[in-house]
Order: sequence, then C-alpha cells, then structure tokens
Amino acid sequence: MATTATSTPQPKTNRIGLTVIDYRGGKSTLCAGCGHNAISERIIDAMYEMGVPPERVIKPSGIGCSSKSPAYFMSRSHSFNAVHGRMPSVTTGALLANRNLIALGVSGDGDTASIGIGQFVHLMRRNLPMIYIIEDNGVYGLTKGQFSATADIGSKLKSGVINDLPPIDTCSLAIMLGATYVGRSFSGDKKQLLAMLKAAIAHNGTAMLDVISPCVTFNDHEGSTKSYKFTKDHDEPLQEVSFVPAFEEISVEYDAGTTVDVTMHDGSRLRMRKIEEEYDPTNKAEALKRLAEAHDKGEVLTGVFYLNPKAPTFLELLNIADDPLATLPESVVRPSREVLAECMEELR
Amino acid sequence: MATTEIGPHELSSRPERKPVVNDFSLQVATVNGSGSQSANTVLLRTIFQMGVPISGKNLFPSNIAGLPTWYTIRASKDGYIARRKEIDFLVAMNPETAQEDVMSLTPGAAALYDEPLNLGSLRQDLTFYSVPFDKLLTQVCPEAKLRKLVKNMIYVGVVAQLLNLDPVEMEKAIRKQFGRKVKAADLNVGAAKAGYDYAASSLTKADPFTIERMDKTRGQIIVDGNSAAALGCMFAGVTVVTWYPITPSSSLVETLIDYMKQYRIGKDGKATFAIVQAEDELAAIGMVLGAAWAGARSMTSTSGPGISLMAEFTGLGYYVEVPAVIWDIQRVGPSTGMPTRTAQGDVLSTAFLSHGDTRHILLFPASVHECFSMAGDAFDLAEQFQTPVFVLSDLDLGMNNWMSEPFQYPEKPIRRGKVLSKQDLDRLGSFARYKDVDGDGIAYRTLPGTDHPAAAYFTRGSGHNEKAQYSERPDDYVNNMERLNHKFQTARSHVPKPEIVQNGKSKVGILAYGTSHWALVEGRDQLRQEYGVETDYLRIRAFPFNRDVHEFVASHDRLYVIDQNRDAQMMALLKLDLDAAQLTKLRSVLHYNGLPIDARSITDEIVSQEGR
Ligand SMILES: Cc1ncc(C[n+]2csc(CCOP(=O)(O)OP(=O)(O)O)c2C)c(N)n1
Ligand code: SF4
Ligand SMILES: [Mg+2]
Repeated sequence: MATTATSTPQPKTNRIGLTVIDYRGGKSTLCAGCGHNAISERIIDAMYEMGVPPERVIKPSGIGCSSKSPAYFMSRSHSFNAVHGRMPSVTTGALLANRNLIALGVSGDGDTASIGIGQFVHLMRRNLPMIYIIEDNGVYGLTKGQFSATADIGSKLKSGVINDLPPIDTCSLAIMLGATYVGRSFSGDKKQLLAMLKAAIAHNGTAMLDVISPCVTFNDHEGSTKSYKFTKDHDEPLQEVSFVPAFEEISVEYDAGTTVDVTMHDGSRLRMRKIEEEYDPTNKAEALKRLAEAHDKGEVLTGVFYLNPKAPTFLELLNIADDPLATLPESVVRPSREVLAECMEELR
Repeated sequence: MATTEIGPHELSSRPERKPVVNDFSLQVATVNGSGSQSANTVLLRTIFQMGVPISGKNLFPSNIAGLPTWYTIRASKDGYIARRKEIDFLVAMNPETAQEDVMSLTPGAAALYDEPLNLGSLRQDLTFYSVPFDKLLTQVCPEAKLRKLVKNMIYVGVVAQLLNLDPVEMEKAIRKQFGRKVKAADLNVGAAKAGYDYAASSLTKADPFTIERMDKTRGQIIVDGNSAAALGCMFAGVTVVTWYPITPSSSLVETLIDYMKQYRIGKDGKATFAIVQAEDELAAIGMVLGAAWAGARSMTSTSGPGISLMAEFTGLGYYVEVPAVIWDIQRVGPSTGMPTRTAQGDVLSTAFLSHGDTRHILLFPASVHECFSMAGDAFDLAEQFQTPVFVLSDLDLGMNNWMSEPFQYPEKPIRRGKVLSKQDLDRLGSFARYKDVDGDGIAYRTLPGTDHPAAAYFTRGSGHNEKAQYSERPDDYVNNMERLNHKFQTARSHVPKPEIVQNGKSKVGILAYGTSHWALVEGRDQLRQEYGVETDYLRIRAFPFNRDVHEFVASHDRLYVIDQNRDAQMMALLKLDLDAAQLTKLRSVLHYNGLPIDARSITDEIVSQEGR
C-alpha cells in the first residue's frame, strides 16, 4: 500500500482512503498511442473516483491486445486472461461463485464480434451484473491487422484491401438481447468515457460499452473508419453525459427541459444533457432506431443508448444465497446423514 | 384365442427339461415412446424384491418415438449382472422386429407375443405364448387414450404369472413406480392383474424358466449411474453446475437439479448452488473454470462431442491450474448414428485433451457405488491438485438400472486444497502463485475477493513465472512445465487405488476398467470353470496409474487389457506409462459394437489368445 513520509504532503485519497496509485497496473506493453491504453487510464480514474475496493474487482478478458490490457490497470485485482472469445463464460462462472465480486470484463472487437459472438449474445440475454468493455478498433491487432466483424463497409486496410461485408453493431445486438446499460464511447473522449464508466460501475446488470479504440499500428490510416481522425470527425454524441455518484451532493441544478436524469440502482444519477434532439434512453425501440439511422448516415454515434436500472439480474433470477457460494461451509453444502438415508430408502 | 404352441421337435429333444431357476435373461421388444419403461422397471423390481439379483439394460435408438427398443432383464442367482448375449424369454411387442427377434433366440427359449403378430409357426424349437392384448385392454381400460400405456402393464402380469413372480410383489412394484399418482397406479395394477389372470386361466406353462425367492438383494437399492453421480455430487458439496444437454449425460444434471431443489435450499429459501444450462459446452466449461477460479466446487457433465468442444478450455485449466470436474458419460462417437449406444471411447482424448503438453487426471467408475463415491474423489482431487479431473462413466453405467449396496455417507471432510486466506496473507506478507513451496508440485492460490492487497495475481496460460508475472523466458517456461509434471506424478499416489484380485500363482493377469468389470467377474469364473485358466485381475480406477499397476504388470507373464473401443485406448495409455521391457506382455481384448460388453466375448477371446 502506498504510504508517505510525514514531511511530504498527504497524497489525495478517495472515499476508501486509497490513492490513485493503488489502482495502477503494470507498465503497458501495447503500442504507444494505442487506444486501449487510454481506456485503461479511464478505468483507473473511474474505479479510483468511485472508491471501489480493488480487491473486490475481477478483470476477466479474452485474447487480443485489448484482452492483455487488464495487466496494465489495477494490479490489486485478480485477472483471468482466458481463451479467445470466451470471457463471458469465465465471468459468469466467477460471479456465480462469488456474487460480491465486481466484474469488469475486457474484450476486443475480434474477441467479441467473431469468435466470441455466441457467448456475447447469451451473456447479454442473462443480464449478468458486470461491465463488458469492447475495445473496438475494427481489426485484429494482436494477429497483425486483419479485418474484424465491426469493420465498416468500405473501410480500407493498410494493404489496400477493402472491407465489403456489413459490420455487426454490438450495441444494437446488446440492446435487443437484454443488456440493461448500453453505450458507445471513444477512447479519445476522456470526459464522456469516464462518466460512462462510472455509471457502469454503479449499474446493477450488464453494462455493455463499445469503446472505439484506434489501433495506431494497423488501423489508423487514411481510409480507415476506426482511425483517430475519422472517429473525431464523425463523432456524434447523443448527449452530454455526466455522472453524479450516490455519495456526492448534487450541486448543479437540473433542468427537465434540457436534461434527462436517470437514477441508478445505487442511488447515483446519470445525467444526460440533450444535444441534438429529444432522446429517451429508457426506450429500447427508439435506441435501435437511432442506431440504425446513425449507421445509414455514417455517423459514429456515441453516448448512452439504453438504460434500464431495474431489470432483474441473472443472479437474482437464480435465487442464489447471499453469501458467496465459493466459501459456503461444509455444513451448508453437504446434506446430512439423514438425507442420504432418505435418498437410499427411496431407491429400495 | 389362447394358444401355447410347443414345437414337437422341442418336446422330443428335451423331454426331461429341468426348470431353470433364477438364471436367465428376459427381453422386451417394443417401440420407442410406447411407455414401456415403467412396465419394464416394474418387472425388474418385482424380481429384485423377491431377493434375486438382477440387472436391466435398455437398448434404445436415437429417436423420440417410433424406432425399436429392447429392454433386457437378467436374473442371476450367482449375482452376475453383466449383459448376457443369449435371450431366454422374449416379449415380442414390436411388429417391426418381431420376426428377427424370434429368429435370433437360442433353441429352447420362450417367446410371448401379441396375438396378431402370429409368430407361433416361425420356429419349432421355441415355446410360444400368444396373448390377445387388445381384447384384454378393452376390458381393463375403457379409456382409449390410455390404452397404449396400459398395454405394457398387461405383459407384466402375463410374464409374472409365467415366471412364477409373486403378484403381491408385482403390485408393490407398480405402486412404487407410480408413487403418489394413485389413479394411475390403480389402473396399472388392474391391467397387470388382468394379464396375470389371463395367463393363469388360458396359458399352459411350457418353458423351464422360473423365479424363486432368494435372499440376495436385502437392503440393496436400484439406481442408474447418472442418478448415483448426481447424489455423489450433491454430497460432495458441489455449488456451481453448468451443462448443455446431450444423451447419455443429461439425466445426470436433470436428476441433480431435482435433488438440489429438494435438499440444498437454505433456511432463508435461497439456493446454496447455481445450476446453469449454458449455450454450448464451450460456455459450460468456461463457466466451470470461472467458478472454480473464484473458489466454487464446480462441475459440468457431457459426452464425447461436448468433450471435443471443451478441449481448448480444459488445456487452459491445466496450465492456469484451476480445478474442474467434468463428467463424461461416454457413448459411441459422433452425434449422427449411434449416440445412444455405449462405449469407452474417450480414454485417450480426455487423458490429453487440448493443446501443448497436457495431462489430466481420469477416474473410471465401474459401479453406481463408485459413481457416488468418485464424485467426492473427483472434487477433492480437482481442488487439491488445482486441475481439471474427468470422471469417465459410460452409457451402460449412466443410464441403466443397477442394483447396489446402499451408498455410504462420506466420512472424510471435504478437502478444498491449498487456498490462502486473508489471515494467511497477513502472516506471510506475500505469496507466489506458481511456486512449489511444499515439494509436491502443488502451489498455493488465492481466491478473487480476498481482502488483502497482496492477494491478487494475474491468471494467464503458459507464459508466466512463479509469481504469475508475464514471462517468455525459456527457464521460466521449463521450470513451470517440470513442476506441472511433478504435480501429476504426485497425483499417482492420491488417486483411487486399483482393485486387485490375485492368488500369487497365476501367470495371466487381466486389466479392465469401468463397466467391463461386471463381464470380467463372470468371464474369470468361466475361464476357471470351463477351461481351467486361472487369472489375476486388476481393475484400473484412475489415471495417472498408481504404482500398483506397474507392479501388477511386472509380476505377470501375459496381461489382457479389456477395452470397450476399437483402438485399445487403455492399452495405449498403459504403454506410454510402463517400462519398455513390459510392453510386449500386453495383449488386447476389444469389444466395440455399441452394446455393453458380455462375459462370453471376453472368455472366448482370452481362450483363443491363450491358444486353448
Ligand atoms: C482459438 C484462437 N484462434 C485464434 C487466435 C489468434 N488470435 C489472437 S488475438 C486474435 C484477434 C484479436 O482481435 P481483437 O479481439 O479485436 O483484439 P485487438 O488485438 O484488436 O485488441 C486472434 C485471432 C487465438 N488466440 N485463439
Ligand atoms: S497492434 Fe494495435 S491494438 Fe495492438 S497494441 Fe498496437 S496499436 Fe494497440
Ligand atoms: Mg480489435
């Protein structure tokens, strides 16, 4: 733990007394400028500012540059770098075992939208209480730049190859299937991403965030639709998102005419100031329609698309015990001698 | 029209036919989906309740309704419960197979058939009983809808009368079968009685097969291996179960769900377990590993095709050292064709499942008793050795009914393996996830959620050092692989020991595992009684092989390895483990036609290879 000599000024701490250093990870081995690094930074900030105990967090991931990134934030949290496309199942198991864990799963666009699409869609159906981050660069970074299934039609690889298949919109899929907090952000938009991550931490249910995260080495050139430049030029934020945690006083007055405020499960508020139009983030059909329109217009629509803070989670549906299943004592998990005798009698 | 037709040849050739008491096989040939399962269970139970050892084997197609199925009940005063090839008493209810079923009977057998099938003239060397089922049905079951189901209970009554079964026991068995459904029970009792009375008044017993009361099943239970495994898992304290339906494994988890709902709901009304039907086997094993990583006793159950899908994750489980219990209820190969037939075909694929250098602990239950006890062993081993453990049952064991001594309550406490708590970490200050502290190859782990700043570690496949830090250094990799191997070697003396029967004189040894055991018990008696061949016997119960297996091989001249697969998979596994000098001693006995192995097949093969 970080301690300081009495002579130097106390470093800033969060509400549980930890400094931001306590949320750091190992030194990144990703390319300098990789969007994934910026996302790791925002995760650190969000967890720190929300005062989440790092020991309660798990960081499961699949395989890819993105899935390596849990090594670069929050070293005091357990990580599980699993197999390609299967982060959802590992996370599901871990939360079944210990429902008190706070799961932040990291995946890539290849990891999610291709090899892992099966587990992705079923995870969304279950509304497992977790944060699911797709670090979306439209390519397979770790295998050196092949197209992924989120690449847009007409997007060009460095080699000149042009993608001619339609992209999978992970946000539309997630909304359709049952995720209860769905949004898109951009690794380059610090403010928006931070607010959306904090809301994800406060959310009780599947928070699925697709974060455009440019790959500077294989997909940041002219002709790519997932480059920094393209994303900045075409970014259409739906709203201005800000997050007011439950433990903070609300300072800014809120105007119902210009702002939509949604109270989260833990009493926090997600505040969305309208930019372009009326938009109701609790309306599934509207969310899907707006996403389809953005797609047709070639916009990179960002912001909170859908939020339902009240839907039951998978763990609630399963009616599992309040204490973690993992550590229930033998007296609870092994029925008595009498029970065995009763079972044997039935079989006679 | 009631006829009892006995071929004249039959009468003259065996005028002095002695009664065959408590030692014959009865087969019921019906159509899948006709509801004959309850009737057959009633027959099985009635004989069992009369103290006579029995086994029941259901041979069914991969189909919901319409294809032929056969159910064989073997009664054996000597307690032999393996499949027997010969059928002595046939109940022919399926028009489609009736002729062939009759033609394949051994001379002297009896055949009871539905009157319109008119089988009586097919052969001269059998005893035939013709029963007008439909006529009897209209009398006992006015409701046409129910007739199809009740029809079966009529043959139960007829057979009961012909085989001298106690009608009181028969009624008891029917009432047990229908439990609280009193109306259904009454209707079925009525049908069985009608059959019984019909046989008593209109059929003349002319075959030698009969059941007489014995006292060899007192206190015993009847259960299928999957239910036994489910009970075993519940008493082993399983908390997370994930699965994807597949025959013949589904009933394991389905039974487990029933048991857990009954016995594992806490006082607060909440479940002390989670059972999840996953989207496929990849997800099922992923959930198991995630749960075990976070500290739960977790398991999945599947069969061959599911095992293939679990390959990648299982390999990861070996490398990241996360426990998992995987039940494999083995069946014949791919999904199309014979998925409802038995085999021991996954021995090699599970032993090395996945990529890279990977070895897994395997357990081989031979009985329902072991399905129960090895469930506990599997969880203890998985958590103690922090590795996936496979339990290789098979369709014959898993889905058929077996009689057994009742299961014993597990006396040993649950062993959760080397897990460091917050208090341990307070004391130690830090820990290295993959360091061999105790010299047994098994390192200490922490669970996510442990409230200590030094508890966390990074779980990743192959490239890590003792501290679980990323490393691609050759020495780190080799050290870790050596330790994993050392851990596997340690397991040799912790897995269930083989069961050995030897007299110290015999030069011939037999190695078998799983359900082959029952055929072998009988086969060894045949070898001794009919050919004077004395054999010693070792039943393999686990991989890695215990040292006793090596010693047994070393102390015999010739060893027959019994495999229910084409490629002699257990023999291949043994060959990888034994000293080169021992290899030429091994001989193979194979049985892989989809049917449970029988004693005669083993006996004949060994006799032939012994040059007798
Ligand atoms: C079963 C399997 N197939 C293929 C691979 C090779 N592989 C590693 S990472 C990767 C793609 C990763 O792409 P993405 O998820 O988009 O991550 P990025 O590197 O772009 O962040 C592939 C195909 C693998 N690890 N496992
Ligand atoms: S290859 Fe691309 S995705 Fe991978 S680290 Fe480099 S910039 Fe990031
Ligand atoms: Mg990618």
